[in-house]
Amino acid sequence: MNSQTFNKLTPYMFMAPAVIIMAIALLYPLGYMVYGSFRDWDPSQSISETEFVGFKNYITLFFDPAFRESLSVTLIFAFTVVIAEMVIGVGLALLLDRNIRGMSVLRTLFILPMMIAPVVVGLMWRYMYHPTVGTFNRTLKSWGFEGVDWLGQHALLSVIIADIWQWTPFIFILALAALQSLPRSALEAARIDGATGWQQIIYIKLPLMMPVLIVTALLRLIDAFKVLEVILVMTEGGPGLSTEIVALRISRTATEFRELGTAAAMSNYLLILLLFFTLAMFAFTRLQEARAARLARQVQEEG
Amino acid sequence: MFTFENVYKIMNLGSAVESMPKIRLDKLIKRYGAVQVLHGIDLEMDEDEFTVLVGPSGCGKSTTLRMIAGLESVSDGEIYINDKPVSHLEPKDRGLAMVFQDYALYPHMDVARNISFALRLQKRPKAEIDAKVREVAATVGLSEFLHRKPGALSGGQRQRVAMARALAKDSDIFLFDEPLSNLDAKLRGQMRAELGVMRQNVHKNMIYVTHDQIEAMTLADRIVVMHGGYIQQQGKPEELFKRPANKFVAGFLGSPPMNFLDAELKSDGDQLFAAGDGFKLAVPSELAATLGETAGAVTLGIRPSDLNYDPDAADDVALDLRVTVSEYIGAQSVLMCACGGASVTVELKSETPIALGETLRFAVRPEGIHLFDRKTEKAL
Ligand SMILES: Nc1ncnc2c1ncn2[C@@H]1O[C@H](COP(=O)(O)OP(=O)(O)OP(=O)(O)O)[C@@H](O)[C@H]1O
Ligand SMILES: [Mg+2]
Repeated sequence: MNSQTFNKLTPYMFMAPAVIIMAIALLYPLGYMVYGSFRDWDPSQSISETEFVGFKNYITLFFDPAFRESLSVTLIFAFTVVIAEMVIGVGLALLLDRNIRGMSVLRTLFILPMMIAPVVVGLMWRYMYHPTVGTFNRTLKSWGFEGVDWLGQHALLSVIIADIWQWTPFIFILALAALQSLPRSALEAARIDGATGWQQIIYIKLPLMMPVLIVTALLRLIDAFKVLEVILVMTEGGPGLSTEIVALRISRTATEFRELGTAAAMSNYLLILLLFFTLAMFAFTRLQEARAARLARQVQEEG
Repeated sequence: MFTFENVYKIMNLGSAVESMPKIRLDKLIKRYGAVQVLHGIDLEMDEDEFTVLVGPSGCGKSTTLRMIAGLESVSDGEIYINDKPVSHLEPKDRGLAMVFQDYALYPHMDVARNISFALRLQKRPKAEIDAKVREVAATVGLSEFLHRKPGALSGGQRQRVAMARALAKDSDIFLFDEPLSNLDAKLRGQMRAELGVMRQNVHKNMIYVTHDQIEAMTLADRIVVMHGGYIQQQGKPEELFKRPANKFVAGFLGSPPMNFLDAELKSDGDQLFAAGDGFKLAVPSELAATLGETAGAVTLGIRPSDLNYDPDAADDVALDLRVTVSEYIGAQSVLMCACGGASVTVELKSETPIALGETLRFAVRPEGIHLFDRKTEKAL
């Protein structure tokens, strides 16, 4: 091997250990899951003893009303929380983007919920929602109202509220960062041009924050599809199937119904959905970059 | 309509009416926390006057301008526009337009929408807005770029968009914060000339911040020299150039800058002399007459342009300078010379044959002699 090819290979040799570990840690389980989804697989069997069934698991799932219900719960949950969190998070960021004394303390307080472990968040909200001793119903009753059957009749709404409480801070800090990196002088120019506070938000701030906000929303959406612990602790998917999101159904299919093949197929459906959103995010950032590059080229050509 | 003012105008007695200043700053003070950066700025700007605030970096020019614009709060004092106090008003209610150093264009809007933003906020009719945009864009030569985003424009073009955006607003008052400082030297010269032309045609109040004294001298009706949060001197450009109020102004305006030499004032018979290390210059009698009894330690200031190469000049109107460095800059050469212990800059036609280390005699133009109190640095 001459020294030139050796030099070219050097970086790959240094990368090799990381690549191998990544391949084993990421691709092996993924391949295992895809492989398993085409088999009729009981947890007591090793995978080599299982029977190949083709697309049976996928087709069964597709026509399974319980899975469809669970998918629609997931979609409703994910889109509702992301929309609500975006509105509240961005609104708070717009409100708190100013230099008043004590603002940094306030900002820190706002991001606390995000730092609590999801299981703890679930437990906390379960106690607060408790029909008789929970904070909410006690407060309502002390004001003379009827108690609300939070985790019964309004289970989906209740878990949505808990998720909004926990994850709005994520949007808030990203939106705040986006706001603070906006060109100050453009905002000053807008003030001189006669824009009121609202007009500055609508015509200048939001459009300029949009790239960050879109990526943030997609990130949050991907995350919301995978939420598990909080709902598991609060409702275990009940009552009925009303809060059984796909992640929860996967875990129940695998452990309670002992159908690993179906669970794997379900995971793959979720994976495809998430892949779609991830690709959308990727495409969006690439589009932005391409647009910036095109503008830069245009300037240079005239140069 | 019959008013006395109109009558005065018709009778060409306009000057008899004391015209009120358009903008007046009254003991304007700015503090950031405990730090005071403006120490009582008093300034009056007449109708249609082009005022240039000039001074070294950090002297408070931008702060003053931004306070007039309403982008910085006023710590103390008051700003009057048309004799009305405005320091409590929002920027949008002060009726002014501003061009920023970094242009401050709206990156997500194309040129046309940048220019028309203020008009669109005012909900003007669409036809009127379109006409205005076309007119203004034509004035600054941007007609072909109306549908470009700022990201796809060169620095000079962005600068024009910023200018067009300010022009479109039809305000009475224009504020400029170093609008040319991000351009290269050639473009800056060209834009400066264009601004000069615009200045002839657009009869508006303009306040222009720069640290470039050439911009200041060429554009200004009134120059305001600032330093350390104080106004050092204000007036017409040639007034400040010919009769600087203190050593700072003298050294700041003019390029290459004024030479300063330590000297003693001494009387010898009827004649007053400024004598120092290696020179003894006669002080012109007009200047001497205004000095009165002051004698002793002074700083002598002479601009390079007031020193002429003249081997035959008499002793008491000339400096003998030993050339240490020669910078060739085209038709002229700039010579760094030693005069005793001090260093003196002079200009010389490049074809004059000189050698480094040579001692040359330069005649001092009598009206080029400036004297400053050594302690207070005030002009004598
Ligand atoms: N937000 C601030 N907090 C504290 N000090 C400030 C602040 N803004 C400006 N200053 C100080 O005020 C002084 C004047 O600043 P200003 O921006 O007016 O200078 P300038 O004359 O425009 O200088 P330049 O030519 O560099 O733009 C400077 O000493 C600066 O450090
Ligand atoms: Mg400045």
